[in-house]
Amino acid sequence: MSDVTIPQPTRPWQRKRREQVRSGATFVAMAILAFAVVLFTGFAGFDGWAIVLFMISAIVLFIKGRKLSKKERKNALIQLLIASAATLAFLPWLSIFASVAMKGLAGLRINFITSDMRTTVPDDEMNMGGALHAIVGSFMMVIIASIITLPLGILSGVYLTEIKGRFTFLVRFVIQSMSGVPSIVAGLFVFTTYVSATHGPTAFGGALALGILMLPTVARTSEEVLKLVPEELRSAGYALGARQWRTTLMVVLPTVRSGLTTVAVLGVARVIGETAPLLLTAGSSTALRFNPVNGPIASLPIYVFGLLQIGTEYAVNRAWTGALVLMIFVFGLFITARKIGGKDKR
Amino acid sequence: MTIAPPVKREMHVVHSRGDKVFRGIVTAGAMTSLIILGLIGAFLFGRGAQVFSQYGLKFITGTNWSASTEPGIPNEFGMGPMLVGTVIVSVIALTFTVPMSIAGALYIEFYAQPRVKKLLTALLDLAAAIPSLIFGLWGIQVFTNIGQRWASLLGNRLGFIPIFNTISDNYGRSPFVAGCVLASLVVPITTSVAREVYSRTPRELIDTCYALGGTKWGAIKTVVLPFGKSGVVGGAMLGLGRALGETVAVYLVLNLNFRYTFKILESEGGNVASLIATRFGEASTEELSALIAAGFVLFLMTLGVNMIASAIVTKTTRS
Repeated sequence: MSDVTIPQPTRPWQRKRREQVRSGATFVAMAILAFAVVLFTGFAGFDGWAIVLFMISAIVLFIKGRKLSKKERKNALIQLLIASAATLAFLPWLSIFASVAMKGLAGLRINFITSDMRTTVPDDEMNMGGALHAIVGSFMMVIIASIITLPLGILSGVYLTEIKGRFTFLVRFVIQSMSGVPSIVAGLFVFTTYVSATHGPTAFGGALALGILMLPTVARTSEEVLKLVPEELRSAGYALGARQWRTTLMVVLPTVRSGLTTVAVLGVARVIGETAPLLLTAGSSTALRFNPVNGPIASLPIYVFGLLQIGTEYAVNRAWTGALVLMIFVFGLFITARKIGGKDKR
Repeated sequence: MTIAPPVKREMHVVHSRGDKVFRGIVTAGAMTSLIILGLIGAFLFGRGAQVFSQYGLKFITGTNWSASTEPGIPNEFGMGPMLVGTVIVSVIALTFTVPMSIAGALYIEFYAQPRVKKLLTALLDLAAAIPSLIFGLWGIQVFTNIGQRWASLLGNRLGFIPIFNTISDNYGRSPFVAGCVLASLVVPITTSVAREVYSRTPRELIDTCYALGGTKWGAIKTVVLPFGKSGVVGGAMLGLGRALGETVAVYLVLNLNFRYTFKILESEGGNVASLIATRFGEASTEELSALIAAGFVLFLMTLGVNMIASAIVTKTTRS
């Protein structure tokens, strides 16, 4: 009996270790060469370096591609172009993450999250005053906004997936268009209807504006989540004699409980950084406040915005730290949403 | 003996009373977004109506925006320069955004290694969540230096083209720099739409291209790009809607000036949303109405762009 060799699947498309090392080394060499060029010629700064690096890689590509056909050379050149343009697209965000982290951490002291600006002026040292009032105000507004908006948004999602009535197309279209309403327009709307009719800017006014901006996000994501419920579950509910309302409330919605939590978290992450509508509806304050229907209230975005307007050194440092805290909240919410959302798929 | 074919029964759905109530509540809930959208338009128009009737078309085309503090001197409200400025900044942003996001989406979908692809997709989601305030902060504190250098380079080399011409040597806070910041803000939106559309390209068509001896670029050019064309257009329109209505990022970076200007490197420009944010604090009742009317114009503009965009995007991602 002869031995049978079982063929092992190979991966011819995967580059060998040595090739990977070699291309990596080529890239590093080109980067160093580009740096040398920047040092000795008129090109300046990081962007000059990037341009030189791009030109050198194009030249190297042409030298390497002598033996290739015209078609393959074009392919390689376009790959370089696409990779460079993609890098250009991603660079600003990396720059933002890096600068917010560095400049924000430089001014982060424990008092930043434990005290407010009641007795501190923006020009004071960083170990005085903080953003507690702004953090509390922001959270108060997003919580009120969620209480108002979440039920409406989830109802819209239920309408689109369960009822599928006559207006399905219209509702979906309106939600899509509404997600493009500029945030300042939402602020103006709440100003004309609520703020100017009552005693001026309050946390509740701010929450209304944020709610308007949150509604399309909540509606769309809850539709996506409800779509994941298998049709069999609904049929099973009906087969057991449950009416539609019972099936929806006791079968469909509980199935996607964690998905709906994700919806709420994503909605909050969408609006917690909104600045323009709060300028018109919530105002600002320097002290910790808890009353949502009386008097202006601070929020994290307005806190940062106001400090930037002042523009002195310490004020700007404070603004960066505020931006860092805001960014941590947004990303924290985002990661939470992903963690919870991941559970549903399993 | 013949057997009659079964007749299809007519089905009647009779909702129980509980279901009727349930469906009513849900429908009412779903209608709120429609109602809110209508109310926004109605209230802004209502508050701005007096301004519209007083100034007529001059509100759109007029060049001067001045609120008089002394009695006797009439107010003058014309948002022309601001409208033109808004369009200029958005167009600058889009000229950078569209090629970059097409390249970004192609790179993520077709060039990146699986691990890199996962990382970049996550990064894309995160970037879309960065508040615009932080883009503005980064724009004025970090990017302006680089943008200024690019602008001066453009101005020195291509200054003979009218739009790159400058009078002063001050390139900061110009529409060009604001457009660049706006571009980095819009790129996540357009890239994720483009990526979504490209990922729906039928795998067989791409494989067919390879089987016929085509290169990767050949496959992208003949299959992927034509397939995703309308989706990318829709994504770009969504980005345009976002760019037109953006407030703080532009407000922080751009130097607002009430004058028609087409010199994009000069340190002055216009923006409707920034106008509202700037003047709102100290506005008199009459100016407030004018600002609200300006908000109504902005609302109509972005709503129009967004409706077209969402119509295109839904059409392409559905089929």
